[in-house]
Amino acid sequence: MSDNNKPKGVKPAGLPKKAAGPKGAKPARPPAKLGSRPAAPPKARIVPTPSGDGDSTALPVLTKKDFDSGADVRWCPGCGDYAILAAVQRVLPELTEKKEDVVFISGIGCSSRFPYYMNTYGVHSIHGRAPTLATGLKASRPELDVWVITGDGDSLSIGAGHFTHVLRRNLNVQIILFNNQIYGLTKGQYSPTSEVGKVTSSTPYGSLDHPFNPLGLALGADATFLARTLDRDPKHMQAILRRSHAHQGTGLVEVYQNCNIFNDGAFFTYTERDSKALNCVFLEHGEPLVYDEGKKGLKLDGLKLRSIDLTNGSSTSDCLVHDEKDRTLAQIYTQQLMWNDDLPRPFGVIYTEDRPTYDSLLQAQVDEVTSKKGKGDLNALLHAANTWVIE
Amino acid sequence: MSATTTPIQQVSDVTILFAGDSGDGMQLTGSQFTLATALARNDLATLPDFPAEIRAPAGTTYGVSGFQLHFGEVAIHTPGDEVDLLVAMNPAALKMNLDRVRIGGAIIANIDSFKQRDLDLARSDSNPLEDGSLSGYEVVALELTKLTREALKDSGLSTKDIDRSKNMFALGLALWLYTRPIEPAREWLKGKFAKKEMIRDANLLVLDKGYHYGETVEAFAARYEVAPAKLEPGTYRSIRGNEALALGLVAATTKSGLGLFYGSYPITPASELLHALSKYKDFGVRTFQAEDEIAAAGSALGAAFGGQLGVTATSGPGLALKGETIGLAMMTELPMVIVDVQRAGPSTGMPTKTEQSDLLMAVYGRNGEAPIPVLAARTPGDCFEAAYEAARVAVKYTTPVILLSDGYLGNGAEPWQIPDPDSLKPFEVRLANPDSVARDDDGAFLPYVRDEVTNARPWAPPGVAGLEHRLGGLEKDARSGGVSYDPENHQYMTDIRAAKVAGIANEFRPLEVEGDQEGDVLVLGWGSTYGTIKAAVDRARSQGLRVGHAHLRWLNPFPNDLGAVLSKFSEVLIPELNHGQLVRLIRERFLLPVKSLAKIQGVPFKTSEIEEAIHQTASGN
Repeated sequence: MSDNNKPKGVKPAGLPKKAAGPKGAKPARPPAKLGSRPAAPPKARIVPTPSGDGDSTALPVLTKKDFDSGADVRWCPGCGDYAILAAVQRVLPELTEKKEDVVFISGIGCSSRFPYYMNTYGVHSIHGRAPTLATGLKASRPELDVWVITGDGDSLSIGAGHFTHVLRRNLNVQIILFNNQIYGLTKGQYSPTSEVGKVTSSTPYGSLDHPFNPLGLALGADATFLARTLDRDPKHMQAILRRSHAHQGTGLVEVYQNCNIFNDGAFFTYTERDSKALNCVFLEHGEPLVYDEGKKGLKLDGLKLRSIDLTNGSSTSDCLVHDEKDRTLAQIYTQQLMWNDDLPRPFGVIYTEDRPTYDSLLQAQVDEVTSKKGKGDLNALLHAANTWVIE
Repeated sequence: MSATTTPIQQVSDVTILFAGDSGDGMQLTGSQFTLATALARNDLATLPDFPAEIRAPAGTTYGVSGFQLHFGEVAIHTPGDEVDLLVAMNPAALKMNLDRVRIGGAIIANIDSFKQRDLDLARSDSNPLEDGSLSGYEVVALELTKLTREALKDSGLSTKDIDRSKNMFALGLALWLYTRPIEPAREWLKGKFAKKEMIRDANLLVLDKGYHYGETVEAFAARYEVAPAKLEPGTYRSIRGNEALALGLVAATTKSGLGLFYGSYPITPASELLHALSKYKDFGVRTFQAEDEIAAAGSALGAAFGGQLGVTATSGPGLALKGETIGLAMMTELPMVIVDVQRAGPSTGMPTKTEQSDLLMAVYGRNGEAPIPVLAARTPGDCFEAAYEAARVAVKYTTPVILLSDGYLGNGAEPWQIPDPDSLKPFEVRLANPDSVARDDDGAFLPYVRDEVTNARPWAPPGVAGLEHRLGGLEKDARSGGVSYDPENHQYMTDIRAAKVAGIANEFRPLEVEGDQEGDVLVLGWGSTYGTIKAAVDRARSQGLRVGHAHLRWLNPFPNDLGAVLSKFSEVLIPELNHGQLVRLIRERFLLPVKSLAKIQGVPFKTSEIEEAIHQTASGN
């Protein structure tokens, strides 16, 4: 090596000591003009209990506004996502007193911007991978209230593997699946829930893929809570979110959500006044399956669901009674009420069962081993082998 | 033990190799011999070498499994260039390993497995035990199968079970030949087959028979004794790299007080880390066998967001899959440790063979400008400290850290001086405090306002009121962490993330140079080549060359004084088990014409290979 090549000085091709860029230039100061920042986290307000007995005991009460991060919501005007955001913000104050324990984890896609708008902890993660982050978080911090936000592309295409695995493990989280049957953020390609023949930017001659049946898929993965709701029915959506949150295990809620830019009206059959009644059956545990404003019902004929006319001889006592604990019924609903346009689509809690959650099982195992062995001692562990001493 | 009549010779160091069919139990035989050797207080290094197939077709060359062990009263840095004793259980094992045996070395062969069918399976044209091809070696042909069957004829075991214990005969004989204690193997058998008394008793009997056979048969001119090595005072155990790495992570969770979450997907040769850590639930360790490599990384990152020590481990193909998650960890600036127990690539490569070829993927393998710290372990025992250090730096600088080990380190063993937990570096954890974090005028928490010294950002796990914040993979505003597409902000964030990683070098100790501090050749290495380079440099120096050896703990960032060290030598030689990856990094950074010694055969360097390269480099060839 010649002297010419010898690096002189202590730090040859110097990376700077501190805060300097790759070219050795001092990094620019943070830009003076920062983008719109989230507003201050509103403090829990102290309000008098509405007991009316003059007692002035004050309790912190969270409101919808407390869950609004203040960030500008950047969904397209008219998007169904707004309704879901509002419903979640509306029910959360009923579901928790500790905003700091609530975490929203999303993947990638329009719906996955959701955590930015919630004034809670949140992670906008990687396309399809939200369940994996949620698993690590919930498995190590079971006391947290973890929500997974995902879309049909996120959870059923790139993340279909994680979606099914989180369901089979029965992690105690809520999953809200925004199903709009289209790729929105990438500008309108068909999604794994789009109907066959769909003409989109990537399928000018119509798509060839048979779509996923999301709740059927989830049932196949032995999900313990399946529900479906609609962006245009906020009351129903709130009720379903409450049920999902109360469920111990993975509470999967599929929301039919309108993308008014790339797939406008995909669910109007189920959401609009003129067609909703005839095409939706709202399930209630212990209640007969009745639709079309009481004029029609569903009857189980052998293993087949059949529509019956309740205005002409048949009565509600002829109708199938919903039992949300009945797995066989859930299979019948998810198969027979999915691809058949002559029968209504079911909404509500389709199926629920009690099964230990992954996080509670893991916690129990850690506790059990620790109580049997005692708390681990590092020095003892390092010596737990054949050892010898050199004097 | 009866008094022996076979004379005992003192030797300073010995290399032996047990080789047989992958179903012959050679790994077990080797590891038990290793334990006995460790307890005889020799220094040692091992090289297990086995096929990826669990039970490759019996008797074939591709089903050969070997375990090489080098031990001595002198300091041992390598598993040995040349084998003094080869135990060959069949013709395939002999064929695959004969070139490793030194001329004049000994071969013990199981003659019962050298029948025509065995020779055909090994594709040997003639019987090497009879055709004179082994004339340069001391060959002891034993009827190992027959002797084992005779010993166990009254055991009541099936012939299949009886034949499976013939490796214990070989072990017993080898222990006798090298005057090793037999007790550790006996104790191990008693524990292993505690619930299968017949098998236990059969193995114990065959082990004893093998031990006594050497004396009876009088086939051996001498036994060998290797005096205890002069190791530093302390308490020792034999340890393999994967064991040490798992213990290092347990030390990190214990010393930091952070919970350890380990998400992993089985992959050779990293799976053992999952096996080991899954046992440590009494240390609060939570292990998660994920559905794939991506989920393994994602779960570790989710746990890191939750304030845990999030760790995932894999080998090359898995690191490729984890790339996007590592990028998110880098972007969200969460502490996370990614262990890569490297194996021969590319693609699936040679899963059970060792290599150092993931270095550039570790340093550069992500989309966008995504610098993260990368460090490497140098010996099996060093995996402990390297794991601890990886976790400590990840937390201190809120960054993902990649720790490189490899198959040779992971499976290889050495005597390890057990550290005192109190002597480990302090493991500081500073979680964000809602009363002292930076806030904007409206009182909002600013999760990207950095520590002035380390450039780390506040780590604020959920559960603390007033620190609610959102992270993600979109570019961040430099203070609020909110989404920002501002051009200047992106430049600043890119620069500051690089500066944070570069700044870690400010806490490194001066780069240690072993051997000459200036002179003809600096041998610069990293990772598992440490022992071989050290041995080669020692030899070259004894022949009069002025040679130094620097071994990098950190591959990113480099130590600040690396350039100064390089400048003190006329030539720089970089031996690597890849196609010259550190060479590229060094050339890029220092614009120096460093020399590469690249070996990419799935096996470690021989000392002689590096020694020769040092001579060539010194003489300007």
